Amino acid sequence: MQPEGKKPDAGEPSTGEPKAGEPNSAAPQTANPLLARSETPQPRYDDSKPDETKASEKKPIRTKPLRTKLVPASMTERKFAHVTRRELLKVAPVLALGAFVIPRFQQPLLKKGLAFSDWASGELFRRGHLAPTFADEQVTPFEKFPINGYDVDDPGVIFENWTLTVSGAVQKPGEYRLAHIQALPRMRQNTRHVCVEGWDVIGRFGGARLSDFLNMVGADTSARYLTMACADDYYESLDMATALHPQTLLCYEMYDQPLTREHGAPLRLSIPTKVGYKQAKYLTEIKVTNVLEKVGYWEDQGYSSFYGL
Amino acid sequence: MSGTAVEIIRTKGEETETVARAVYEHPLPVRLCHWLNSISLLVLVGSGLQIFRAFPSFGAKIPQKDLLNWPKSFAIGGWLGGALQWHLTFMWIYIATGLIYLGYQLFSGNYRQVLFTPRDIPGVWPMAKHYFFFGPRPAVSEAYNPLQKHAYTTAIGLGALSVLTGLAIWKPVQFSWLAWLMGGFHWARLWHFLVMWAMLAFVLGHLVMVALHGWNNFVSMLTGWKKNPEY
Repeated sequence: MQPEGKKPDAGEPSTGEPKAGEPNSAAPQTANPLLARSETPQPRYDDSKPDETKASEKKPIRTKPLRTKLVPASMTERKFAHVTRRELLKVAPVLALGAFVIPRFQQPLLKKGLAFSDWASGELFRRGHLAPTFADEQVTPFEKFPINGYDVDDPGVIFENWTLTVSGAVQKPGEYRLAHIQALPRMRQNTRHVCVEGWDVIGRFGGARLSDFLNMVGADTSARYLTMACADDYYESLDMATALHPQTLLCYEMYDQPLTREHGAPLRLSIPTKVGYKQAKYLTEIKVTNVLEKVGYWEDQGYSSFYGL
Repeated sequence: MSGTAVEIIRTKGEETETVARAVYEHPLPVRLCHWLNSISLLVLVGSGLQIFRAFPSFGAKIPQKDLLNWPKSFAIGGWLGGALQWHLTFMWIYIATGLIYLGYQLFSGNYRQVLFTPRDIPGVWPMAKHYFFFGPRPAVSEAYNPLQKHAYTTAIGLGALSVLTGLAIWKPVQFSWLAWLMGGFHWARLWHFLVMWAMLAFVLGHLVMVALHGWNNFVSMLTGWKKNPEY
């Protein structure tokens, strides 16, 4: 039973203490408390301004019907036990969270939660909103830019004949050499690289806009995804909106030098609107597609698929 | 609305005697949100600490100097990927519950019970002196005394801050203005961590007080009714 008191008068804070004389006062009283509250709306008249209207034109200010359940000023122990038991039961829905500790439901629930988070991230992504860029003095020194690798010792890249294989929903599929990419306008930007682990550094990245490259190969930009394969067996995917973002680069330079072997030579993705693991290194293939068979090396182990910053 | 009081009576033949008083202190939405977010907070702190273990530092990555080696057994998730799943799931429950709570309190007027206002300032020190320095017990006239209002209002503020700092870490680009207000991604991560510790300090104090104030008081957050209140 949920008792509803009269709303406190404006300007008078409700202290929770029943006022003497009010129907819900705890003091013994002579008035019958069952008649304390009407369930029909009581018209009120606005007396705050001088009365300039004719009585017949006055509009009553109707309060909403008071949906009260009558609360007597006293109840037996048995009734009180009944009331409190009912109130306790009303809190029981909280136990639904217990599904998270039931093994059968835990993984599906967490997966759904992560999927919701990814959906929200996709909704929050704005193609025109740029990641912050930084002055040259703020860039982390090159030797302090961490090398995170899956197999950095020998990613198996042979530079001499390296090509980027482009396939899928494009007009000009085939093998593209680094020179083709370097012929496109070169962007250089100082942006923050955020690792899922929680650290971040500011790096200097140079390369061609991925959107320019997609234009060059006649990619169908209404497709949903790009998928990437890498020389070290890493693989990733990218939503088309992010691929077309002006700061997303096919990156072949770091700190104004060609990419080193440790940092993903000869070509990697630099995506300041994504977490680090999306920015695949040692690129060998790009495909434009609407179908995702696998999402990415880390995502297929349980990490977020969209992970936009 | 909170504040309704009743007398609990027992009849013996023709006579009725009052055996207790009870006050309805906590409406259902308040109770539901309290327990939902207590659980959510537990999961968020546990998973947050597991996430923290992946880079337990607020300094540079190279060279890395760990601040604190938080044990895995006191964290939730087991590994970074798992912890992120818990954290990125429960944050939505926490945010939704928080918004429902704030909305309810505001639109029902019930916020007056808990909101700390300048009028409560004089009452804080006497109550603190009573709890911590054996001062005399100030008169209690309402459900929450000024010190409680201060604590709970602060806790609600910390809840909001944990969400805001979390958003700045989760989306430092889309919410770059928010991250900027906090000094950038790197600082937002530190604030998020510090706000968590402040929240934990509140929770500790809160649990101690709940333990000290007896069964009837504890039950009021389950049933809404407090038997024999001090006021």
